[in-house]
Amino acid sequence: MMRILALGALLWAGTVQADVAVKSITSPGGLSAWVLEEPAIPFTALNLMFSGGAALDPPDKRGAAFLMTGLLEEGAGDLDSQAFAAEIEALSASFSFDVSDDTLSVSVRFLTENRTETLALLKAALTQPRFDPDAIERVRQQVLSILATKAQDPTDTAQRVWTEQAFGDHAYGTSYQGTESSITALTSADLLAAHQNLLVRDTLSISVVGDITAEDLGPILDDLLGDLPAGSALETAPLQLDIPTGLTVVDMPTPQSVAIFGHAGIDRNHPDFFAAYILNTILGGQGIESRLTAEVREKRGLTYGISTVLISKDQANVMLGQVASANDRINAAIEVIRDEWRKLARDGVTAEELQAAQTYLTGAYPLRFDGNSQISRILVGMQRIGLGLDYINTRNAKINAVTLSEINQVAAQLLKPEALNFVVTGQPTGLKEE
Amino acid sequence: MFNRLFAILCLCMPLEALAQGKTTDFVLDNGMQVVVIEDHRAPVVVHMVWYKVGSADEPSGKSGIAHFLEHLMFKKTKNLQAGELADTVAANGGSHNAFTSLDYTGYYQRVAADRLELMMQMESDRMTGLQLSPDDIVVERNVVIEERNQRTESAPGALFNEHLNAALFLNHPYGVPIVGWMHELETLNYDDAMAFYKQHYAPNNAILVVAGDVTPDAVKTLAERYYGVLPANHAITPRARRQEPPHRAARRVIFHDERVAQPFFIRTYLAPERNNGNQRAAAALVYLAQILGGSSATSVLGRTLQYDTKQAIYTSAQYRPMALDPSTFSLVAVPASDVSLQQIEDALEATIANFMAGGIDIELFERIKSQFRASEIYAMDNVSGIAQRYGAALTQGLTVADVQAWPQILQEITPEEVMTLAEQLFDEKASVTGWLMGPREQAQ
Repeated sequence: MMRILALGALLWAGTVQADVAVKSITSPGGLSAWVLEEPAIPFTALNLMFSGGAALDPPDKRGAAFLMTGLLEEGAGDLDSQAFAAEIEALSASFSFDVSDDTLSVSVRFLTENRTETLALLKAALTQPRFDPDAIERVRQQVLSILATKAQDPTDTAQRVWTEQAFGDHAYGTSYQGTESSITALTSADLLAAHQNLLVRDTLSISVVGDITAEDLGPILDDLLGDLPAGSALETAPLQLDIPTGLTVVDMPTPQSVAIFGHAGIDRNHPDFFAAYILNTILGGQGIESRLTAEVREKRGLTYGISTVLISKDQANVMLGQVASANDRINAAIEVIRDEWRKLARDGVTAEELQAAQTYLTGAYPLRFDGNSQISRILVGMQRIGLGLDYINTRNAKINAVTLSEINQVAAQLLKPEALNFVVTGQPTGLKEE
Repeated sequence: MFNRLFAILCLCMPLEALAQGKTTDFVLDNGMQVVVIEDHRAPVVVHMVWYKVGSADEPSGKSGIAHFLEHLMFKKTKNLQAGELADTVAANGGSHNAFTSLDYTGYYQRVAADRLELMMQMESDRMTGLQLSPDDIVVERNVVIEERNQRTESAPGALFNEHLNAALFLNHPYGVPIVGWMHELETLNYDDAMAFYKQHYAPNNAILVVAGDVTPDAVKTLAERYYGVLPANHAITPRARRQEPPHRAARRVIFHDERVAQPFFIRTYLAPERNNGNQRAAAALVYLAQILGGSSATSVLGRTLQYDTKQAIYTSAQYRPMALDPSTFSLVAVPASDVSLQQIEDALEATIANFMAGGIDIELFERIKSQFRASEIYAMDNVSGIAQRYGAALTQGLTVADVQAWPQILQEITPEEVMTLAEQLFDEKASVTGWLMGPREQAQ
């Protein structure tokens, strides 16, 4: 018997079209899911997200989760790689498997007419992946090629070095895609181990949006996911954040330098998170013209794009920025960045800036919920980080509740111009390493 | 285990009606075309203005001016301060951007549906009211130079692509990069920008596309109020660019760059594009691209070079059916680490020759056909995507009727038509072959 909780969150509360209701259900077999019935188009979007990702790779097996995830669509059950691909095509479905340090995500889209067949195929991919030797070799060669190309890319290289310096020996300190030597050494046993570690029922968040009813969904989910091992939620190793301060130049033969810069951030669950989120929007976020965009791009023409972002990983929080400028102008860009960081930490934001950011963020939020695939992706992410259904209706109030004195206190605590660590790739002139 | 025919036989719903049923189009008195696409699932609207001018319409020696002007369109206008449009969109929770291609330049905002009028007010203001200052030029030109630095100069693959296009097109401006050659970009000035603006920005050279939670009547009322009052520019005539002469020699580009870690092979052919009332050739080429290089696991190139001989780690075939003038069709192969570019080129040529001799795998053809039908259903989930279809089509020589006929044409194409088009396409004299490789001393 399925329970449908009476937690219908109205995405459009406050407007006339308040007719989009997300339901939380529990399947007969005990799986929880969020579902939004949207029968207008005869297809359904399904998202699965497992907590626990590539950071659970054993230290000498970095890249195992990434390679394993790449092989989930390379044959399952009776079907080898080519037969499996042909089957997906015949059903006009799409599967995508993606891994990050903290999660493994599955995004699926299927036509109502082909629901049963598509989900049977998905179940095979999740529970009976083949990891055939020739498929492993083929995907391994692709991963090695990606790694070689990234090693020549100035942005990837700057990010890699910044991450190494920030996270050291922790799994976060190396790329979840592995290294040439770690990928080369992986065996099918390593991939099976990664599969058993990550695809477990107890760490799973589920969202479904589209042409399906909440009543039908419970048994469907039990059939699809009931065979996954129960498993216990594995925790990524804790991390004592100790980011160095300075400026590192990595010589690369490009006419434009890329700088990655940042310092410690703030936890998603910290009471000051919303103030910090608005603060980042004002400093270097998207949507409104940020201070950094105004100063570095609009006034001085030093870059095509500059941005900052708050990154909340399970075991670390950082505030990270990125800019690219010609080799003889990157030093000017970095000077402006340091200056803006100092000013904002010291003087805070103005009441007008706060209000403009709040207006933008609260106005933009409901516009996110557009399209089955997009809504399903948002809903699964919300569950994964522990937000309740009511978050959709309360989030804007939390943004609006932030006061000028709160945000400016957070500016003084969070922004540490002297703690910024810069990594610059390219052949910059006029920059001194620190 | 799975019934392969299921999807092919059972997709029986009237797709054309599904995907196209809520589209309305009309023309304002001043010649501005309007397309309205209704989707009432969420109270959101996408408002787009597309101009029938792109980088291929630039004067000689002024490459990059179309894109540079796109940047400058966010500066001061008759009724807006510099940046005010962006700030106003943000204050209303919306997002916005602009884009320049070979054939069109477009501007869009995505906002709550009840803010449509405000968007039209601002967008119509900058259609004819741009008021640039010399300072705008200097700063924004540096921004665009950094954009070229970021996207092209820092990416050997992008530099390679510029050379391929320049070599393929002997006379047509499609051979000039959209962002502009650096040496010309650096010299663009106020007069260039204003001249280009006055020559091309007018209601009778623009398409308005509004998609989302709106009604055609309401859009028409607003469009007449804001765009309908702008005067047409009767000096604007249909575009007639320099066309290609007969191609009599295959070309070859060998591009060395020390930043290249992964060499690859590409061959690009001149190819017909979708034309008004005549889209079948392009539809057949859309199939050909899927058959040859759509999926690594099931396409001709993927099956042969990635699975059977394992000489490639990636293959694809790329075709852009929409363009005002003739388009391109490309075959790409990334060789395995122990395979040279000459070997992969030979293997790819042999694979194509086998395909031409052996014909099309009908099961593959039918799967692709059913995927095209399904893609019309999935497309309905993204009303912005449908809006883009119309904007791109109407600025590239097609009509609303052409857009609406396209899904059905795709369902009517036969394997024989695809093979006929393949015969015509693979004329080596109308092609450029490219090798992207690492530094010369390390080359094989």
